[in-house]
Amino acid sequence: MQCQICSKNDATIHLTEIADGVRTEIHVCEHCAVEQDIAVKSHIPINELLSNLLASQPTDDELAGPSEMELVCPNCGYTLAQFQKEGTLGCPDDYEVFEKMLGPLIEKAHDGNTTHRGKVPSSTPVDTKEQIELLNLRQQLGVAVKNEDYELAAKLRDQINETEK
Amino acid sequence: MSNMKLTDISNDINEWFDGSGPLGDIIMSSRIRLARNLAGYKFLSRCSTAEKTEILNKLKDIITSLDLGDKVFYISVDEAPTLNKHFLVERHLISRHHAFGKGPRGAVIAEREFFTAMINEEDHLRIQVLKAGCQLSHCVEQINRIDDMIEQEVEFAFSPRYGYLTACPTNLGTGIRVSVMLHLPALKMTGQIEKFFNAAKDMSLAVRGLFGEGTEAASDLYQLSNQVTLGVSDSDIVSQFENTIIPEIVEYENAARSQLLSNQSDILDDKISRAMALLQNAHLISSQEALFLLSHLRLGINMHRHMGASTPAIEKLRTLCGVSDDAAETAGSSIAKINRLFMLTLPAHLQLNYGKSLDTTHRDALRAKIIRSALNQDYPQQG
Repeated sequence: MQCQICSKNDATIHLTEIADGVRTEIHVCEHCAVEQDIAVKSHIPINELLSNLLASQPTDDELAGPSEMELVCPNCGYTLAQFQKEGTLGCPDDYEVFEKMLGPLIEKAHDGNTTHRGKVPSSTPVDTKEQIELLNLRQQLGVAVKNEDYELAAKLRDQINETEK
Repeated sequence: MSNMKLTDISNDINEWFDGSGPLGDIIMSSRIRLARNLAGYKFLSRCSTAEKTEILNKLKDIITSLDLGDKVFYISVDEAPTLNKHFLVERHLISRHHAFGKGPRGAVIAEREFFTAMINEEDHLRIQVLKAGCQLSHCVEQINRIDDMIEQEVEFAFSPRYGYLTACPTNLGTGIRVSVMLHLPALKMTGQIEKFFNAAKDMSLAVRGLFGEGTEAASDLYQLSNQVTLGVSDSDIVSQFENTIIPEIVEYENAARSQLLSNQSDILDDKISRAMALLQNAHLISSQEALFLLSHLRLGINMHRHMGASTPAIEKLRTLCGVSDDAAETAGSSIAKINRLFMLTLPAHLQLNYGKSLDTTHRDALRAKIIRSALNQDYPQQG
């Protein structure tokens, strides 16, 4: 595809804008993007992501019904509206209280990852460590199946069975 | 705990900024930061002043009594004079958010500056380890050891699914931010810096210009850091940096330096000569201009040290920096000299070392005087 501005170079930057229900697409080369100041926002603030997410699912009561927005954390009194405004949460419990809305947001902010990998506090009981390992293996299994890497998927399945014993 | 004052460190640079360390000609420094919160407390936005003070005192007591292999000193950030706050930010010891935030907060800093703990920043605790050159593996090893020591004394908010719980979901998981400070003057000079920005974006990495305004850093220094903290272990992130990202950037920058030397040595010599002439003769110089010009001197010296480059301007530059033989050059005395000028002429450094606040014109005059006296051998040294 050629650049829409100079019609010379290949278009390497593709922008889709949806405003007032109208979808417009722009295809430009790197050079023209810089010239025309068509900058791609590389880092969207997390609260903006939440606003986008809420705006994109207004009809699905299951996901973002009014009940979700009315939820109040019993520990800190925080609501999603406050998070949307401030960009930070009120207490560690919020991750559980607002799980439904935060889950997809977290996944988006972390390149599709949904579970922790890496360091675990030394005081963590062995059971919990195994639980973390299982969560990880299941996530990796999901990715392997999605990528149709069945050899890896079989290996992961065996590992899961072994850990579950 | 040490009684060190900021003026004890403000008149020189520490090891992390002296240009030493592996790949030091391109990777100025490596930094790793961990975000942690105490279990049983709300995040800071929901804490009362009394709760913040309780968290501050608890963490301060624990961290100041750790055996870190260096003396530490404590700064009560909320009570510190504005100039001191600016100094700590310039020095990369605390974040802007921490310096100019709200409520009771403090910083525990190692005298040699390789370690800082920011208490009550966005999270209850953020610890950082800072080293010269490309030393991320050492940084991660050391920070994990310190994190383990703190964890012996307190319980951190942790969930099996999400890992270490942080006030902002973007830091969730390992809570780790791995970053390197890169000097990329040749990519900039050859008009290829955009490529680096785009490559970083493709790898979900954040780029920030340092010591300047906006991403177009006047100093040609950029900070590159990871954004994904969930689902990737700290060692995976570090090895991605060390085995893939850093070698590629170093190769890009070195290719651009070779290109300058073989095809565009006139441009290179022009930049270096102009930088020398202005720095040696200016009587008023802004921070931005000084950063911009000193960057070209650093490039010239590093091209001699690491590529054996010898152009007329580079030879003149070596004499200017007072390096008479290659042995001294290899030891990096000229690079340390440039880096010292770089840091010590930043606005808050200037004023703290002068002993009082100065307006812009006086700062520009003082900055020019310090640079002139450092670069002109026969110029009278200022007291």
